[in-house]
Amino acid sequence: MTANDSLLTYCLRLGDDALILGHRLSEWTSRAPFLEEDIALTNVALDFIGRARLFYQYAAELQGGDATEDTFAYTRDVRDFTNLLICELPRGDFAFTIARQFLYDSYVLLFMEQLKASKDTRLAAIGAKAEKESTYHVRRGREWMLRLGGGTEESHAKLQRAVDDLWGYTDEIFEVDTVTAGLIADGVAVDPTLLREEWLATVSRVMAEADLSQPSPGWSVEGGRRGIHTDDLGFLLAELQFMQRAYPGLQW
Amino acid sequence: MTASNLIPLLPVEELARRRRRAESQWPEIWSLLDAVMDPEIPVISLYELGVLQDVDVRDGVVVLTMTPTYIGCPALQIMEEDAREALVSAGYSVVEVNISLSPAWTTAWLTSAAREKLTRYGVAAPKELTDQVSCPQCGSSDVSIVSEFGSTACKALYRCGNCLEPFDLLKAI
Repeated sequence: MTANDSLLTYCLRLGDDALILGHRLSEWTSRAPFLEEDIALTNVALDFIGRARLFYQYAAELQGGDATEDTFAYTRDVRDFTNLLICELPRGDFAFTIARQFLYDSYVLLFMEQLKASKDTRLAAIGAKAEKESTYHVRRGREWMLRLGGGTEESHAKLQRAVDDLWGYTDEIFEVDTVTAGLIADGVAVDPTLLREEWLATVSRVMAEADLSQPSPGWSVEGGRRGIHTDDLGFLLAELQFMQRAYPGLQW
Repeated sequence: MTASNLIPLLPVEELARRRRRAESQWPEIWSLLDAVMDPEIPVISLYELGVLQDVDVRDGVVVLTMTPTYIGCPALQIMEEDAREALVSAGYSVVEVNISLSPAWTTAWLTSAAREKLTRYGVAAPKELTDQVSCPQCGSSDVSIVSEFGSTACKALYRCGNCLEPFDLLKAI
């Protein structure tokens, strides 16, 4: 794989993470528990979809030819998507959405802080921009964790179940394969293994504050980076890509 | 030392932006664009907001450099179109807009005059340096947050404990 191919793969992974999670968040539009939260989740969705566009635009330039950001979002099939599995899981109940955001955003914040220092100036600029938004996302996520964790018996139970159900998907976040390893050596990609300790410390602290017990390890799922996905991603894409599949090239 | 004793220091990137304007060969284009307002907060211009970063003319093409407030801000496209329209109707036929992410936008770039305009419009702006929030209606600092997000990505929703009115705050980032 050439350096250009590796960078393209890396951009698509980051773009896929952002697009798929952004889509999951956008599903809350008009369905959140109350108006302010509806607006908040939609805004966070926009932040992620904005990031996806930046990574895909860069990927399109790297690929060359007729590729555009839309090529990657709308015309690839499930096996071509390389997002982390945690991003594609169905939105679940509100506690699940909050727990996923908190676990994932806590990582993304650390990731973007490092991406800022990438030798690739384009990625570094995206990192600097996204870091500011993620700081805000994490602060908000923590507040919801405390509120649901310390709320009623029901909210606490739902949140505990959510973190338990999500925990086995967090290993994948920190995996490094040959593509990433090469880019890390070049100073382009972020080494996620170096973020794990701090991530664990942050999420453990907040889970303790929220009176949650730390989920026990013992199961772990991966595959997203190789295009191996849950059934749910196909259904998500069916909705996301419908217009372009039914009317290829449609513009408005 | 209290905040009022501090000399407000401009972030270097904002200083550089103001210098670009002051030393620009195209002052008339900058002036024309002063009439282009933020579509959501139509009392401050794209320049005052910090979105308009640079103006240049290359081979007869006007090249504008703009930066988004938030990555996913849907207003950016409207801002581009509005800027283009303002220049085209003033006789500049070809206008190109480049979007630049670096330096990343921050509320620290807002001048006190721009903050004043926002407040009069009813959108609270965080105070320079302190990020302190006060009610744009009555000026009270007895305020509380209702939601981390308001009507657009760049705003949060607050409530005043004194006059009881809700208001938007331009979030400090």
